[in-house]
Amino acid sequence: MRIKDHPILEFKDQKPLHFTYNDTLVEGQFGDTIASALHNLGIRKLSHSIKDKRARGFYCAIGNCASCNMVVNGKPNVRTCVTLLEEGMSVKTQVNKGVLYD
Amino acid sequence: MTNYDLVIIGGGPAGLSAAKIAAEAGVKSIIIERDYHLGGQLVKQTHMFFGSEKQYAKTRGIDIAKILVNNVMDYPDSIEVMTNTTVVGLYDDMVLTLLQNESYSKIKAKSIIIATGASEKFLAFENNDLPGIYGAGAVQTLMNVHGVLPGENVVMVGSGNIGLIVSYQLMQAGVNVKAVLEASPTIGGYKVHASKLKRLGVDILTSTSIKKAIGKDKLEKIIISKLDNDWNYIEKTETEIETDVLCISVGLSPQSRLLGMIEAKMKYVPTLGGLVAVINKHHETSIKNIFVAGDVCGVEEASSAIVEGCFTGLIVSERLGHKHQNHDKLYNDFKSQLQNLRSGPFGKKTRTGLEELRRDEFVK
Repeated sequence: MRIKDHPILEFKDQKPLHFTYNDTLVEGQFGDTIASALHNLGIRKLSHSIKDKRARGFYCAIGNCASCNMVVNGKPNVRTCVTLLEEGMSVKTQVNKGVLYD
Repeated sequence: MTNYDLVIIGGGPAGLSAAKIAAEAGVKSIIIERDYHLGGQLVKQTHMFFGSEKQYAKTRGIDIAKILVNNVMDYPDSIEVMTNTTVVGLYDDMVLTLLQNESYSKIKAKSIIIATGASEKFLAFENNDLPGIYGAGAVQTLMNVHGVLPGENVVMVGSGNIGLIVSYQLMQAGVNVKAVLEASPTIGGYKVHASKLKRLGVDILTSTSIKKAIGKDKLEKIIISKLDNDWNYIEKTETEIETDVLCISVGLSPQSRLLGMIEAKMKYVPTLGGLVAVINKHHETSIKNIFVAGDVCGVEEASSAIVEGCFTGLIVSERLGHKHQNHDKLYNDFKSQLQNLRSGPFGKKTRTGLEELRRDEFVK
């Protein structure tokens, strides 16, 4: 959910950006990171722990902790909390370590 | 390989301030920033800062960020900025490996200021990895930078200034803060911040902490427990709270890992937040011409990071043969500003930490 009224900050309506989340077409907006767009859609599970496949969301939101790594445009281990959303992106939940060279 | 007189790693309050002072002195520098924007963590601080006017007191963090970035932009010929760029290698011969857009490059520096800041600490408890359990700073980024609400209800763990301020900012954004938990018998942060929360009806539960999180794929509820004086859980004092977000605000650790690559002498100083470089009174590490400034050499507030950045910029400029025209005056001014910021009861941790560093012959 986006903040509408805020006593200090002003959040203007931004241009919508369309992207796919696990092959479903969804919408974010200009200025979003991938993680903020997903969180706004109510999606909190972004990744899994490697061994036990436990659900993971973001933790630090500034690119430190790797808890929000996802597969973006086919590339694994993208830190979605510091990657700006772009029109037409493909974003998928990561379930393994990712493959360096496919 | 491109050569630079001064390479500044990190475009937060310390790095930006160092670049500005160096540019004033006539030193050309480059700021390497990992994120897609400059400003560091100030960009999410909607509250007004304390300190004195010299550190922009009574100005909101978001506006201080703009001032510091504009100061740097005033010197387009002297200060180069690379965003979206991570320093992935640092070598004793002053060579740095940069990663930008999946391509690597190398640059060489005559001097380096490491101003990489700090990262939020984590807390051990059952199911602490459930989505919905976030760092307090992370939630601040989500709501104040991106305008997205973290959830409906929040319980905050930690009543230091960050925990108190973020709790208040959550209320401002329309989120219900159910409680603030504090393991100590007393509230950690400033009374003025705690009072604001209490006036809004938020309970700050002292000698209390999180014991367990419950939920499937996302946080649904938590179990909290009273603690004894040794921070052990007291049996039969557990309470259940329904919440979809839990914020962890239990301090920060210096992001000092780059220093490990150059084998700079390090020391673990808990009151400074963890592993920090042993430095002399001019913020120089045990490796000549490599300096540190800001939270990376001891977690404090952004105000201190700004002054440390200015101070280090001044020192490095002189080293590079560009002594600032007001060097002596500024030197004393920055030193006394830092002393003021670290005076009083809330500066005690930093003072103790610096004393511990001083035992190793060097003086910060």
